[in-house]
Amino acid sequence: MISFQPTEEQQMIMDTVRSFALEQMREQGHEAEESRTLSTSLLASAKELGLIPANIPEQYGGFGEGHSALTGTLFAEELGYGDLSAALHILSPASVATPLVAFGTEEQKQTYLPKFAEDSFFASAALVEPTWNFDPAELKTTAQKTENGYVISGQKSHVITDGEGEQLFLLYARDEETGTTQAFLVERTAEGVTVGERERGMGLGALRYHTVTFDEVEVPAAAKLGGDGGVDVTKLLNYARVGTAALATGLAKASYEYAQEYAKNREAFGKPVAQFQSIAFMLAEMRIAVESMRLLTWEAAWKLDQNEDATQAAVLAKQYADEYVLQVADRAVQILGGHGYIREYPVERWLREARVFGAVEGLAMV
Amino acid sequence: MIDFSKPKPILMQEQILDGIAKQVMRPISRKYDDLETTHEHPWEYTNAIWAGMQMMGFGGLTMQDDNEKMESNPKRPPLANQIIIHMIERLSYGDAGIYLCTPGGALGGAAVAAAGTPEQKKHFLARFSSGEPKWGAMAMTEPHAGSDTANIRTRATLSEDGKEWILNGEKIFVTGGRMAGQDSEGFILVWATVDPTLGRAGMKSFVVEANTPGMKVTKLEKKMGIRASDTAAILFDNCRIPFDNVLGDPDLATPEAIRANTSKAGFQGAMATFDATRPAVAASAVGIGNATLEFLKEFLAKQGVEIRYGVPYQKQSAIERDILRMEADLRAAWLLTLKAAWLMDQKLPNSLEASMCKVKAGEVVTWVTQKAVEIMGPEGYSTKHLIEKWMRDAKINDIFEGTGQVNRGVVARLILGYKSTELR
Repeated sequence: MISFQPTEEQQMIMDTVRSFALEQMREQGHEAEESRTLSTSLLASAKELGLIPANIPEQYGGFGEGHSALTGTLFAEELGYGDLSAALHILSPASVATPLVAFGTEEQKQTYLPKFAEDSFFASAALVEPTWNFDPAELKTTAQKTENGYVISGQKSHVITDGEGEQLFLLYARDEETGTTQAFLVERTAEGVTVGERERGMGLGALRYHTVTFDEVEVPAAAKLGGDGGVDVTKLLNYARVGTAALATGLAKASYEYAQEYAKNREAFGKPVAQFQSIAFMLAEMRIAVESMRLLTWEAAWKLDQNEDATQAAVLAKQYADEYVLQVADRAVQILGGHGYIREYPVERWLREARVFGAVEGLAMV
Repeated sequence: MIDFSKPKPILMQEQILDGIAKQVMRPISRKYDDLETTHEHPWEYTNAIWAGMQMMGFGGLTMQDDNEKMESNPKRPPLANQIIIHMIERLSYGDAGIYLCTPGGALGGAAVAAAGTPEQKKHFLARFSSGEPKWGAMAMTEPHAGSDTANIRTRATLSEDGKEWILNGEKIFVTGGRMAGQDSEGFILVWATVDPTLGRAGMKSFVVEANTPGMKVTKLEKKMGIRASDTAAILFDNCRIPFDNVLGDPDLATPEAIRANTSKAGFQGAMATFDATRPAVAASAVGIGNATLEFLKEFLAKQGVEIRYGVPYQKQSAIERDILRMEADLRAAWLLTLKAAWLMDQKLPNSLEASMCKVKAGEVVTWVTQKAVEIMGPEGYSTKHLIEKWMRDAKINDIFEGTGQVNRGVVARLILGYKSTELR
């Protein structure tokens, strides 16, 4: 039966995260970027929301009924609506938890999933590689099978960290035995792991992400996610596609709303600029774009949850979101005119952040 | 719970409609596109769909609001508008021009369903599900007033004894006007003012039975596309209709009653009609787009051009990027349309969503079909395929039931909370 109505429980999560996004995330966005630091109290409050454990089944220490990509997209949109740097940091552990729930062996789930409820625990994916033609299907990082496990070598970029402390990586590499992309659970403290300098980009100044080198890192066979069978990386990439599309939707919605409020209050030629069709039509199109992004994302996430073949829907949702988040953010800057270019106003930062979606794949997962 | 699975009634009609689209409509697409000059009716289709309607029940196909009937049985959820848009999508996938020849109330029926009293609905809509095929149509546009509907000049005056309305004026661009007003026992729903000094409040809609004396089809337009469907100019010259044929409570439709009441019910009736008809137009647009994309992908596959999903941008071919964008845009248009229809079935406000899906679908299908011709090059331009026809058919969806610009205006006013005096 067709419905566009979230469940009561989902609605509750959305409302909670939206308040958090508006009252706390949005509040610190500017300062966080200028200082290149996410406030620790913000991240502590985010932990208290329990979004990651909410998507982990109870038997593994979470408090969810099970994993739902759709529920994930609902709260990811709200996080993206708040602040993208903080959202990516907060969602980072999900990029490990979701693959564990989907493909982990019983032992892997028992070992790792309960940790996600711990305060000090942090995890992130190591997927992206520092090359212009990065392709998750053809990774340059390799995993060579040995007698006891694997030896992994390669370089990753855009690996989110929580500072200097311990953390768990889900490291993607080309399994030389099968020629497929596989994922490995690797501790940051493992020998051969070097976390390099913090990276800087056009946007996301507050987000701590690094280039990480893996130099002949030895891991036991049990570190391979899913055991001998491994993972279906297509499915994981689909979780990433809907997750990033949801974040993009949130960012687009923030830009659209900000521009709309501004246009209603800013007067020119004797009336609010929103009363000129040239502005009003842009706002109408922005609204349509946001709604379109959201619905495509919902449908793809729903298909994933139904265990249907969701690749086409997820790819379409992602590419659509990549394109339109940039367009909406750009128009928000345009509507604010000169003010839109000034760093005091958030829309210029949002435009710089919006560009990341089409440029870097797999930054988040739900 | 958010859910995208199609309910049973929609799955059931889909098979029948898909068969009609492929086996009945497509083979005669070119014929009726070419036959515009003689305006022959596509009876091959009408007979097939009429039989199909008798099998499926008439709710969706006649564009009647079937939800009231469904509500009497609590086990059956309200689906009428969702059923309708799925039906329209599939038939337009077959042929958008011929789809517009589907027997039933069409926009006229939708207006009665949206603004009529229960008695009026029963009285005027029953005909569409029995006997010979019949058509309804809606006459809004005039030579000097298109989307500016509040400015229409067709007059409805009361007869001296107060028992009849007398219509005078000229309507143009009446989709299916000849089928509804002349060639079947249907009706034309005519928008007219009971008193021009009342502005929008004076605007009412009137049911004029086919072949009522004083109503005459004066011209059939020649068009870029949707040629199988007639587009009529209709003249009203002292056309007398019963007092009860004004939609809504007739006693509230007189100029005196309107002055006393100062409600805008008449114009709001027109707007409520758009809430149903804009998603219907959007669904037709998506149907054409889906036909185009399917044909294009099959054509490319035959040429050995593969479309891959999940390849990084840097590795996608220009055609892959085009196709993916076309698919995403079309899917977005469809989901917006579906949501607008779902809201209506839930009896929730949907004016914003109705205009949003219309804007999106009208623009997308125009672009998608034009792009498809470009990708297929000389093959796309040639009349040996239907792609060129679909491009011509597509464009109307960005125009009728409010142009893309008019609907952007509606969306903008609704999201900004502006009245039409604040944002024109």
